[in-house]
Amino acid sequence: MIEALSLPFMQRALVCGILVAILSGWFGAFVVQRRLSFLGSGLAHAAFGGVALGIFLSVPPLAIAVPFTIFVGLAIVWVQQRTVLAADTAIGVFFAVSMALGIVFLSQTDRYTTDAFAYLFGTILAIKPADLYLTIAVAALALLTCPLWSRWAYATFDRELAAADQVNVLRDDYLLALSLAVTVVVSIKVVGIVLIAAFLVIPAAAARLMTRRFSTMTLLSITCGVASVIVGLIGSYQLDLPSGPLIILTQAAIFAGAFLFRRG
Amino acid sequence: MTAPAIKASHLSVSFGGYDALEDVTVEVAGGSFLAVVGPNGAGKSTFIRSLLGLVKPTSGRVEIHSHQPGKLPPGTVGYVPQVKTLDRRFPALSIELVLTGMRRRWPFRVRASERSEAMEALEKVGMAHLAEAALGKLSGGQLQRIYLARSLVRKPRLILLDEPATGMDAPGEQDFYAVLDEWQESSGATIVMVTHDLEVAAHHAGEVLVLNRRVIGFGPPETALGEHHLSEAYGHGGHSHGKIFGAHNHD
Repeated sequence: MIEALSLPFMQRALVCGILVAILSGWFGAFVVQRRLSFLGSGLAHAAFGGVALGIFLSVPPLAIAVPFTIFVGLAIVWVQQRTVLAADTAIGVFFAVSMALGIVFLSQTDRYTTDAFAYLFGTILAIKPADLYLTIAVAALALLTCPLWSRWAYATFDRELAAADQVNVLRDDYLLALSLAVTVVVSIKVVGIVLIAAFLVIPAAAARLMTRRFSTMTLLSITCGVASVIVGLIGSYQLDLPSGPLIILTQAAIFAGAFLFRRG
Repeated sequence: MTAPAIKASHLSVSFGGYDALEDVTVEVAGGSFLAVVGPNGAGKSTFIRSLLGLVKPTSGRVEIHSHQPGKLPPGTVGYVPQVKTLDRRFPALSIELVLTGMRRRWPFRVRASERSEAMEALEKVGMAHLAEAALGKLSGGQLQRIYLARSLVRKPRLILLDEPATGMDAPGEQDFYAVLDEWQESSGATIVMVTHDLEVAAHHAGEVLVLNRRVIGFGPPETALGEHHLSEAYGHGGHSHGKIFGAHNHD
């Protein structure tokens, strides 16, 4: 295993995977408690639309996917706040439209099976230095959201109580959706569009079962995510199995353990 | 002459064409205990939400201690919401909820310096033994007391309560009002409480506001809860002035 860690691609995979786990663990706690698990899937599929458009236009896919996913994330919140529609309905609409757009764009290009496949299922072992730097930059930006934790947590507990204490809950909804969109879009290169929702949901759900405090849940969510990346990557190297799915299966094992020994 | 604790002038609130409140004008002096009563859909909770700055008036205005709601100095208002709004799946301890009363944010950790103050508030409402209990496991009555502790810990000048006795048994309700009365006596705070219980309004409040989207009656319980006001607010039958003032043993 030590030999594996001396390989540059493995080092990049580990660092990138851990950063994605920290980001998705941090935001995942809010996703789970706000019952927005579907949002992770919705944004990931929105990212698919952006990636497909990038491939179609022959520009770096993330250059299109980042603004496209942010737009969809903010649009979901906007529709939810201005209509009587529930969050899952608004997400469902954008989810379907983004996928449809993605398929239309890909049908017009001949590189569908290569680039698009990489974004669908992730290529953590093929992370390039540029991808790693982008993930580091996003993780550094995410540090700026640390002071927002207590406001987001308060509004997650009770929006009205938070608003009565002059927390701007509407603005915070947009900030959270923006942060989530960026997290999802940089994570898809690592774990893929299909599996990123699991990164946002499973560690946080396992953490919820282990604790009765939201702050502890947030920290445990990050810890579970990081542990699953390390164990999943080692397992994938030893067993010669795909890394992304093995990381998710490790998360599922942690969730099963948390379920059996739950106290929250 | 001191400014009133609450001044609502021609307050109207509409939601999508539905008038929840129409031309409500009331003044509540500091240190009063006001009960807000009325049938379902009368705008009682909307009135409270207007005082909190959570809904904007369609016309008219509200002032609390001469400030607009939402522009009050921190800690001026304590709020005890309806317990049914609580998300019981949120992982939280009682003491954390009380700390939101002090910090106005969710606490990441419980500092020792704040713990004693929070525990003092929990003791006042008889819930100190449940400081480390998960909120989701508490009964409605216990939760209301924790919410009350959350309000008291910020030592507010005004406490707003929205149907606080929901889910409480009779002895629990009596204890709750005893804590409230005691707090008001010692602090001189103003209390505004929405309630469905006219007997509680008659025997605990110094003033009663009978609402049915507009002001039906306002003043001391004996006059505000007069037969004609009750029949105008609730329709005929069901509530009688004599029954309200005769049945309740204050002691």
